[in-house]
Amino acid sequence: MITEIRYNRPMTVELSGLRKTFGAVTAVDGIDLRIGDGEFFSMLGPSGSGKTTVLRLIAGFELPTAGTVALDGRDVTRLAPFERDVNTVFQDYALFPHLSVQENVEYGLKVRKVAKRERRERAREALAKVRLEGFGARKPSAMSGGQRQRVALARALVNRPKVLLLDEPLGALDRKLREQMQVELKAIQRDAGITFVFVTHDQDEALTMSDRVAVFDGGRIVQVGTPESVYERPASAFVADFVGSSNVFSGETARTLFRKEGTFSVRPEKIAITDEPAAAPGTVAEVIYAGPVTRYVVDLDAGARVVVVEQNSRTPRALAGLRGQRVRLGWHEEHVIPLPSGKDSAHAS
Amino acid sequence: MDAGVDGDQGVSMHRHPRWQLAALLTAPVLWLVVAYLGALGVLMVSAFWTVNGFTGGIVREFSLANFRTILGEEVYRTVTLRSVGVAAAVTVICVVVAVPMAFYMAKVASARARPWLVIAVLTPLWASYLVKAYAWRVLLGNGGPIDSLLGGPGRGPGYGLTATVIVLAYLWLPYMILPIHAGLDRLPDSLLEASADLGARAGHTLRRIVLPLLVPPVAAGSIFTFSLSLGDYITVQIVGGKTQLIGNLVYANIGAAGNLPFAAALATIPVLIMVIYLIAVRRSGALEEL
Repeated sequence: MITEIRYNRPMTVELSGLRKTFGAVTAVDGIDLRIGDGEFFSMLGPSGSGKTTVLRLIAGFELPTAGTVALDGRDVTRLAPFERDVNTVFQDYALFPHLSVQENVEYGLKVRKVAKRERRERAREALAKVRLEGFGARKPSAMSGGQRQRVALARALVNRPKVLLLDEPLGALDRKLREQMQVELKAIQRDAGITFVFVTHDQDEALTMSDRVAVFDGGRIVQVGTPESVYERPASAFVADFVGSSNVFSGETARTLFRKEGTFSVRPEKIAITDEPAAAPGTVAEVIYAGPVTRYVVDLDAGARVVVVEQNSRTPRALAGLRGQRVRLGWHEEHVIPLPSGKDSAHAS
Repeated sequence: MDAGVDGDQGVSMHRHPRWQLAALLTAPVLWLVVAYLGALGVLMVSAFWTVNGFTGGIVREFSLANFRTILGEEVYRTVTLRSVGVAAAVTVICVVVAVPMAFYMAKVASARARPWLVIAVLTPLWASYLVKAYAWRVLLGNGGPIDSLLGGPGRGPGYGLTATVIVLAYLWLPYMILPIHAGLDRLPDSLLEASADLGARAGHTLRRIVLPLLVPPVAAGSIFTFSLSLGDYITVQIVGGKTQLIGNLVYANIGAAGNLPFAAALATIPVLIMVIYLIAVRRSGALEEL
């Protein structure tokens, strides 16, 4: 089920009936999507789910097999990339190696014949925005990965596009830098008021930065919504599993635990180890200490293996002794999410 | 330690890296020093010898007579300039033809066609140089296919300087295509997409992104086409008519005139020009990105 959240603002990107096939392979299989003005929109999915192809269709690097792409209410389906008011930050940054950082940033302005003085000024501003003042004379090869990433961002932003497309721009950075850039990107987006369409396979990234997230699977969008709604109310077992991790129950196990027919999902952090006599009994199979949290793997007597995540906010339990012990697991009724029983709701692990 | 293994030649090689290095490098170093630099050294030294006018025997005494002749006589200056001009023209023609061809091979053709196109470019190198030159002699002959194509006998370039340039450009073209193709192959498609994304049309992308990035491979290719043209003496004999280049002057002095020292002195001219050319290319920074 696709939840379409309507914003009371004009739509910048509108995709309808979008399809793209490469030979016998269908990369994008019928996508309808509306992205609002100034929105930070993420396309999340595993590799091969079609999210990058959709981005390339918006940029104009690929032409769709069927369907239309409209930018700002204007049909651009058949227009070349240089005729579209969008800019792209590439996964490999695609900086021009023979040009200096300054020349790279000025490239788009120079192509559009912006006067030299204004070009200089705007490039300087853009570089300041990504905190690279004074780096203009360097060659891209003399910069670190994180710095190159920012140059790529400045080179796109300097053109003040209607929409900025970002293709896994943080993928090549190490964890610390990535988290820092997530915060910066979000700030830059809010500042510039530009629509960001952000492709990623990293669910944390998508949840952290986005106004809305579209989850892709097999060339289709399986759910669209705010990070909270996608996480708290996944529309399918695939979404429940891909966005965060999830315990999925079905069949006999579900009947025993919930006294209801169907497939259900419960997030690991919403399950607690408790003393309540009514809670579900099981045996601890594994205890994994992970710094801020501890993960318990519990085999329920009802027949499912369940992951429980507990904050290490108090002095941790005597962990080693817990393995093999009998425990009881409890949860709140509202945290049990019913999932549509379909082809991908069969696994209960 | 196992004695059986210790006696094994291969294993002891691994334990003695110096021996390993020596075994690896002896043959190539010998080749470089004796065959390559040795021959060049003999050439340099013999350029300062002379030939006895009566006996025809070689006088092994230091003399600047050969160089005085070369620098003093108008004909040698003309021939040198003509040879450099031919080499430069051949190089320019090769670049102009090779860039679009290599671009098509590396970026436009389907992935399945690409290896076949590379093979097609290499195929002419399998045929004998002489056969190809004579084939062009037939093509360019008076009343030959090129003449008839252009509308009758005498309409084509005939044998001469133009014919020499055309045939040399044909012969050395693969040496220009291959480095440019390799350079374009390494050029990520995302650079071309980024340029289009920033608003540039294909022509602008070609001028501002592709061509500047092709300077190092073109420099590499030009070293081949330039030096091969500068040293050539067969093509010019076959299709050059009465044209004289450094190469066939050297050949004439070795063969008909039997003046080996003077031939050696003449042969130092292309060596000198190539050294200057390489220094110029290096100065431009093109070699650093190879």
